[in-house]
Amino acid sequence: MRGLKLFKIRGGVHPNANKQATHDRNIAKLPVPGLLRIPLLQHIGSPAQPVVKLGDYVLKGQLLARPQGAISAPVHAPTSGKIVSIGKYQAPHPSGLPVPTITLKTDGKDEWTQTWEYEDPFQMEPAKIAEIVANAGIVGMGGATFPSAVKLGLRNRYQLEKLIINGAECEPYLTCDSRLMQEHAAEIIDGIRIMMHALGVTETLIAVEKNKPDAITSLEQAAGDHPGIKVVGVPVQYPMGSEKHLTQTLIGKETPARALTADLGVVVHNVATAYAIHDALRNSRPLISRIVTVTGAAIQNPGNYQVLIGTPVSHIIDCCGGLKNDPEKLILGGPMMGQPLPSTKVPIIKGSGGILALTSKEVPMKDPSPCIRCASCVNVCPCGLLPLEMAIRAKAGDLDGAAEYGLMDCISCGSCSYVCPSHIPLVQYFNYAKGALTEKQRAQHKQEEIKRLIEARKERMEKQAKAKKEKLARRKAEMAEKKKQVSETSA
Amino acid sequence: MSTVLTVSGPFTHDNTGIRRTMALVMFALLPATLFGFYIYGWPALYLFGITVIAAIMSEAACLSIAGKPVRPFLFDGSAILTGWLLAMTLPPWAPWWIGVVGAILAIVVGKHVFGGIGQNLFNPAMVARVALLISFPLEMTTWVSPQPILDPASPGIVDSLIITFTGDYHLDAVSSASVLGHIKTELSRDISLDQALTTTYGFTETVLGVTSGSLGETSSVLVLIGGLFLLLMRTISWHIPVSMLVTIAVISSFFHWIDPDGYVAAYIHLFSGATMLGAFFIATDLVTSPVTRLGQIIFGALCGLLVFVIRTWAGYPEGMGFSVLLMNAVTPLIDHLVRPRIYGRDRKGKPVQYPVNMENRND
Ligand code: SF4
Ligand code: SF4
Repeated sequence: MRGLKLFKIRGGVHPNANKQATHDRNIAKLPVPGLLRIPLLQHIGSPAQPVVKLGDYVLKGQLLARPQGAISAPVHAPTSGKIVSIGKYQAPHPSGLPVPTITLKTDGKDEWTQTWEYEDPFQMEPAKIAEIVANAGIVGMGGATFPSAVKLGLRNRYQLEKLIINGAECEPYLTCDSRLMQEHAAEIIDGIRIMMHALGVTETLIAVEKNKPDAITSLEQAAGDHPGIKVVGVPVQYPMGSEKHLTQTLIGKETPARALTADLGVVVHNVATAYAIHDALRNSRPLISRIVTVTGAAIQNPGNYQVLIGTPVSHIIDCCGGLKNDPEKLILGGPMMGQPLPSTKVPIIKGSGGILALTSKEVPMKDPSPCIRCASCVNVCPCGLLPLEMAIRAKAGDLDGAAEYGLMDCISCGSCSYVCPSHIPLVQYFNYAKGALTEKQRAQHKQEEIKRLIEARKERMEKQAKAKKEKLARRKAEMAEKKKQVSETSA
Repeated sequence: MSTVLTVSGPFTHDNTGIRRTMALVMFALLPATLFGFYIYGWPALYLFGITVIAAIMSEAACLSIAGKPVRPFLFDGSAILTGWLLAMTLPPWAPWWIGVVGAILAIVVGKHVFGGIGQNLFNPAMVARVALLISFPLEMTTWVSPQPILDPASPGIVDSLIITFTGDYHLDAVSSASVLGHIKTELSRDISLDQALTTTYGFTETVLGVTSGSLGETSSVLVLIGGLFLLLMRTISWHIPVSMLVTIAVISSFFHWIDPDGYVAAYIHLFSGATMLGAFFIATDLVTSPVTRLGQIIFGALCGLLVFVIRTWAGYPEGMGFSVLLMNAVTPLIDHLVRPRIYGRDRKGKPVQYPVNMENRND
């Protein structure tokens, strides 16, 4: 839609998009690997709990592990085969630690478990839709991996007005969302309509960065005359895809610190999530695959692939013709916020939109030199922070000092590191300090909790002692009374 | 649980670098510098060369004493630039040792005593300039009238060596006061500005820089062009130069309007002395100026105010060096007090509130 007024966001950077290698590559299905390693923690929240046993034969789409706790998501079998191990395995998790993982030996039959047809979603209760989405294991597929059903349930607590669909895809190199929007626009629009029904909103803005005119056209065509759905071309500016910044661009309001966009009456979902919701409601299919962009100058045949969750990165790279030369860096996700792969054995998870094999030419790594206070980082920070000051404190271990400068408001977008002429790994300091600070707060909380419990126990004991004493005293008094009575009667 | 963090991104980088920045600044300084060589002849070129070389050698010495890797730091260009800027503020025919002492002061005292690049509180070139001015007032205020390098009347290559290295030259014959110095002297002798100005250079000469003055400061127009180039390349931002120049222009115009005989017009303030060089190349020094835009505007405005105050009421005809140093000292305070507003928070750091907020929450 043209007429919508857009609002400016602060800072940001304009990295080279580098999308040309895969931008025109149709989504292709990747062959099923021999082994799938399916982590049970692919989302924010608690890991799922296995419901299958070693040696079980499972069908495609069958539940492998059920959610545990308020924020969690189930995991399903991406294809048919045998469970050959349930244990811990390396996963693409920021901590780099192994997570609980189910290993599936595929049988090549790719046989579906029974599927069924739901009634028309528009006749369903919103809670029912949320339940189906939850059971399908759908999480935010833009990388945040927050369970989507929780977000669909926000209408119970907030008065919602708008759904924003994030198709910005502001990370360089990645084209998976762009391809999805071009090839599956109708499904995405259907998913959006289902979400609108579930959220009870009448207005949806689909935000796509202006450098993807093809995606915008496809979506506009698919949206056709559905009332309330508008496609909006947003400026090409990293980090446009940040939920809070995208919302600000579209409605001109900043999400209050420590709050959700729902406070502004807005819920944001990724395009791939909309597609997954369509698949869950219309075809009763759980989330077992995703589109991954495989690219970088070290990849033989870059492209966009539909990959089963749990497929090892090495298999994907092999299917893309292998590596041309030794990559300088192997990254899961985009180059701005992605993480280096600890090894190519790790599997693809629900939130991974890209595998990048970058050559040294593409990753201009230089040794950091001292900060020259050039303020570049200050000018580009979309959150209005002073990265140089936070870095000084984080580096010195002064966590509280860093927090005072707004550490916890940092979204780790990497804009500051990207521009720093001294190549200081600012985000690395921040991520480390954030982890340490959370840890510290948790420890503090725990300590307070223990203190509270001890105090409560003490109080209880005192109360008991007091009660005992009183009881004793009462008894004594009663006895005395009785004695008196006895002596009186005997007298 | 300990978090074993893998290396964080981003895994791509803007093509910025300290070296590129320094190279752009030097490129921007080139026209004014070459012009300085042209109008002050060979001695200016010698002094410039000596100062820059002395700066590089001091840097190398300091780095190796501090046990830091010499190569990467030496070639980041910052030492050359410090020497260069210092040389531009020196009297063009000053003896060689002024350049050497100045460079040592700038690099050792101005920079490495604080811990090297990025750590210094004060602008190294200005530390040196002010220290030299206080210690060697005579050498630092002996100006010469323009002696174009190609003019047969100007000293040649060999004669110039004598000027720079032995100082054995009849300077009296060519010495001449700088514009600001002349005005100051005349005003202090109760000579009205009107008369004072008739005996000095005209408007065009002042603006073009065909006057007596520092090696690279006099041609305000060329310095300005260099400064605008840096703005265009986004090497510097407009905040400091604009706030500084506007402040100087407004205040001096105001006083000139009240008493045209006692206070010089704004154009003289803007186009003579170190104003342009200071506004675009010295006050904008990244390390020693505030990091926020608002802070930079405050910094520039106060700097401009100080320049005017010192030039007008203090004992020195030029106030740029002192003003910049004074403001450098205030920079940490400005940076502490002036911070950008954090996303989603108000200026006080509280989360922003919308009237609808409360209605929005159903619980
Ligand atoms: S990573 Fe944090 S500090 Fe750096 S630019 Fe992004 S939000 Fe600002
Ligand atoms: S961008 Fe780098 S060098 Fe510049 S102020 Fe920030 S941390 Fe310092």
